[in-house]
Amino acid sequence: MIISVLRSMVILTVLASLGGCGETVLSPIGPIGAAERTILLDSVAIMLAIVVPTIVATLAFAWWFRHGNSRARYRPRWAYSGELELLMWSVPALVILFLGGIAWIGSHDLDPAKPLHPKPLQIEVVSLDWKWLFIYPGQQVASINRMVVPAGVPLHLRVTSASVMNVFFVPRLGSEIYSMSGMATQLNLQADEPGTYPGLSANFSGDGFPYMRFNFEALPAPQFDAWITAARSTGGVLDDAAYRGLLRQSAPLHPYTYRSVQPGLFDRIVTLQLPRGEGPRSGRPSPDIKPIAVH
Amino acid sequence: MNTAALQPQDVPEQVGHSDAGTGVPHGATDSAGPASRRIIVGYGFWLFLLSDIIMFSAFFATYAVLSGATDGGPTAAQLFDTRNVALETACLLASSFACGMASVAVSERNQMWTQLTLLATGVLGAAFLALEIKEFASLVARGAGPTRSAFLTAFFTLVGCHGLHITAGLLWLGTMMAQFLAKGFRENIRHRFLCFSLFWHALDIIWIAIFSLVYLNGARA
Amino acid sequence: MFGKLTWQAIPFDEPIALGAAALIGLVLCAVLVWVIVKGYVPYLWREWITSVDHKRIGVMYCVLAMIMLLRGFIDALMMRSQQALALHAPGYLPPEHYDQIFSAHGTIMIFFVAMPFVIGLMNFAVPLQLGVRDVAFPTLNSVSFWLTAAGSFLVTLSLVVGEFARTGWLAYPPLSELTYSPGVGVDYYLWALEISGIGTLMAGINMATTILKMRAPGLSYTRMPVFCWTSLASNLLIIAAFPILTAVLSMLLLDRYCGFHFFTNDAGGNPMMFVNLIWAWGHPEVYILILPAFGVFSEVISTFSGKPLFGYRSMVAATMVICILSFMVWLHHFFTMGAGGDVNGVFGIMSMVIAVPTGVKVFNWLFTMYGGRIRFTSAMLWSVGFMVTFVIGGMSGVLLAVPPADFALHNSLFLVAHFHNVIIGGVLFGALAGTAYWFPKAFGFTLDERLGKAAFWFWLVGFYVAFMPLYVLGLMGMTRRMQHYDQPEWRPWLLIAAAGVLLILTGIALQVAQLFVSIRTRNQRRDPTGDPWDGRTLEWTTASPPPVFNFAIYPDVTGAEPYSGMKERALESMQPAQEPKYEAIAIPRNTPTGFVTAFFAVVTGFAMIWHIWWLVTIGLIGAYATFVAFAWRDVGETEIPAEEVARIDRATREVRAAALRRTHARQHEQGQSA
Repeated sequence: MIISVLRSMVILTVLASLGGCGETVLSPIGPIGAAERTILLDSVAIMLAIVVPTIVATLAFAWWFRHGNSRARYRPRWAYSGELELLMWSVPALVILFLGGIAWIGSHDLDPAKPLHPKPLQIEVVSLDWKWLFIYPGQQVASINRMVVPAGVPLHLRVTSASVMNVFFVPRLGSEIYSMSGMATQLNLQADEPGTYPGLSANFSGDGFPYMRFNFEALPAPQFDAWITAARSTGGVLDDAAYRGLLRQSAPLHPYTYRSVQPGLFDRIVTLQLPRGEGPRSGRPSPDIKPIAVH
Repeated sequence: MNTAALQPQDVPEQVGHSDAGTGVPHGATDSAGPASRRIIVGYGFWLFLLSDIIMFSAFFATYAVLSGATDGGPTAAQLFDTRNVALETACLLASSFACGMASVAVSERNQMWTQLTLLATGVLGAAFLALEIKEFASLVARGAGPTRSAFLTAFFTLVGCHGLHITAGLLWLGTMMAQFLAKGFRENIRHRFLCFSLFWHALDIIWIAIFSLVYLNGARA
Repeated sequence: MFGKLTWQAIPFDEPIALGAAALIGLVLCAVLVWVIVKGYVPYLWREWITSVDHKRIGVMYCVLAMIMLLRGFIDALMMRSQQALALHAPGYLPPEHYDQIFSAHGTIMIFFVAMPFVIGLMNFAVPLQLGVRDVAFPTLNSVSFWLTAAGSFLVTLSLVVGEFARTGWLAYPPLSELTYSPGVGVDYYLWALEISGIGTLMAGINMATTILKMRAPGLSYTRMPVFCWTSLASNLLIIAAFPILTAVLSMLLLDRYCGFHFFTNDAGGNPMMFVNLIWAWGHPEVYILILPAFGVFSEVISTFSGKPLFGYRSMVAATMVICILSFMVWLHHFFTMGAGGDVNGVFGIMSMVIAVPTGVKVFNWLFTMYGGRIRFTSAMLWSVGFMVTFVIGGMSGVLLAVPPADFALHNSLFLVAHFHNVIIGGVLFGALAGTAYWFPKAFGFTLDERLGKAAFWFWLVGFYVAFMPLYVLGLMGMTRRMQHYDQPEWRPWLLIAAAGVLLILTGIALQVAQLFVSIRTRNQRRDPTGDPWDGRTLEWTTASPPPVFNFAIYPDVTGAEPYSGMKERALESMQPAQEPKYEAIAIPRNTPTGFVTAFFAVVTGFAMIWHIWWLVTIGLIGAYATFVAFAWRDVGETEIPAEEVARIDRATREVRAAALRRTHARQHEQGQSA
């Protein structure tokens, strides 16, 4: 009961402090984000039940037992109480027991690799210096810096990096995951509310890091199909040569698509059969690299 | 000293940390003041050895993780020559034994035997080092240098780090011998020698770990 | 001849960096000229640079920390102002400069502010609290300090010659590998940390040996002040954690210098190995910093509440539990690497479990205040401010330890807010409380309380204004280390945060003023008794500043909080303890070994960074020669004759007796009026 009261207090405070604009991880657009929000708020509420009294007691004790207060009883030798000590070990322990349960269940339920559906839409994500490549293996198209998905459809992402580490993150979708060279991490997500949402990298990846942004667009199914059709008719072909071009450090000004993708490209990136990002030509003492905007 | 007036009023308060000035005299505790210089020096050096072993354990852990990452290059089973390693081990253990003899000589204050045994320690240590360098050189010549694969990187670093310790130990040993010769068996020099012998034996222990975990394990696989 | 070093190394194209460097150079030159003109060089050399006295070394550590705090804070100012400006705009710091700034900020604040600050306080106070004359290895202590100073010198040098790392303060590969960071920045980072890290390791061994093997007669483990306990825990952690840092940084060095493949993308290298190893050091490091701060708060709260610490044994148990658990939680720094539910769950729970002993500590401080008679000096204010702030930071920390919550918050500004919440609110407040508390012991006069309290309030309010918005921004999905951004709704919060930094700036200015004013008016604020706060532990039994030998005779400890006991007994019997039989005291001789070693360490490090191999050889030979020269020394100690000891101690006893009479008279008066 107390927890639920505290929980609504937390929601109110947080929403108020965010100005109600709602563009936050606390206003998720899919089930994963929603579940994470619940855990986040519940945990805060549980902890507030112990944190608030502690802060109040700290200030109250400090004030009441101030030197000038003659009404406060001075007990210069009072330094032990078995009951109190039992309490002060057991209260945090109980809270942690409770929270630990939440953490254990939550980390299994919301494990990024756990499938949402037996037949999700497959998307392959590659972080490059400094852009995101999204490959749709089923549709054989690819997109740079723009991730379009059908709303309400479970997604299965395989994420890798062609150079340094990045983190794939769409704040309103939930669950981040690292992109790392030579391996594919997995992420299962779903966007229910159609719309365009910002996506970004959550791990610093060099001078062009702030350009690692992309638009995440959830479209109703027919519009998604229309986008795929449109993508199939525009842009170049993503083959080895085009991929090598992407390895150069650059930050595209606008998103674009590839009308077809060489099959198995992603797996060849993961298994290191294709080269890695080139990196800058040199650093100081002859600094010649700045993020270059192309297209 | 009137302690009665200082007794706390009620019982629970007496149990904690509040027995200021009313506790038992120090004779009843384990603490009789700062330890002797020899104890302090030895203890500090033990702590250092502990930290050194932790450093090695980081290299061991890395080797364990990377030992399979041969990148299509040669594997442990193809490379390791256990005969050479056995010889290295023999040198190092004999060197440690000579160092133990040196300890006896030092405690007997016998300059000649001290110098002789320390010389034997050093020569055997240098022989170990020479064998190791020979092994490294032959690996590099066969195209299995540390830059070939992550496995070889981890191998060369782990074994090379031990080799670097041996090299540093040899430098220290030379300094030690010169000190005994020039300064005699002064107390602080004997303390240093205590540290040196601890160091030398600890390197043995680490070598045994390398020998069994890296070489024997690798040659078998 | 000079390896990679050419004129291009000087950042002429970065006016801000060059200007800052010029300013620092100017200030340094001005200080040097002033020191030389005033003829202070011999004094500094004799009394400070070559000193092996733990008190002097402790003070130098703290001074180093304060200077580097200014540098790190200027970085913070630049970051906050850049982000306040950089909506849809490049701001005034280009990425290659901004990236150096946040990397330097983190590196400096952890390695060259927080570490020297807590090590300095431990160095100063622990031997005094233990009732002994120095640390176990005084010369080694000096070497440790100077190696730390050498590291901070290299970091500062990178401002002028070359560049600093552009990789973040932990330099994750592959970004920090040669392919992606071909400049010398990462090399500066690595060599500075290798050198200072070895210094820290030596300091840890030294202090742990001191606490375990050198205590005044009767000072058993269960009578040690809690600050000694937390220092012990912290130094054991240093011994266990710093070798891992040395190892992992060496591996990265080998990758960069010799083409090895520990963490490279190719040839089987494994960057995740680096992340694991660095956090296997990094998480204990957090506790290395915070535990001594906990100790300071324990001393301060107990002293100014006029009571023994509540639940001493719980406190000690909690400290040691934290010490052990801190090695079992490192994976919570990368829950989002996809380790799976079991691994994440276990590390999440282990991380939360640490909150239990930490919570116990907070309750112990709370009940220490209960029934106390609290004097709100600035040291006490920092402590109460800490308790409130730290509880909030702890809460956000436990939240981040819940893996699913971390999935949404990892690497966001929420995380940045969290660790500043515990490091500023915990470590820094602790260091500042310790400074206010022990300053009179070190120098014999108190700090100006009015300015000190004003500084506290600006710091406290500034902290909340600067960092609470970052929690909000984290929830809004803003990640760390962004040189610019294009989400207008972030802007207002970043502006508030920038305003908070200005408040903190005021706080720092007030602290500088406090130092100046206190030194100028030192004659009015002398504390002849050596016990300005009515202290309870042994450091307050000796004079302020303590004589070089600390204690004329080893104190005879008969209980916990020995000085309280002594004072009570003296008040009872109305006379100080009998004059002891004085004996000559041998103290370690000063030596430039530490300074010279650090000099060669800088030479070697600098030469390595710039690939000047002949200079590397010279540096290494120089270091070895220093070692041999030190080993060759015949006389390691000087003796202070018994009469001199007696003369110094009698003066102190005289003052003490007078103070005792005054206290007695006052108590008598109070007794009559009541």
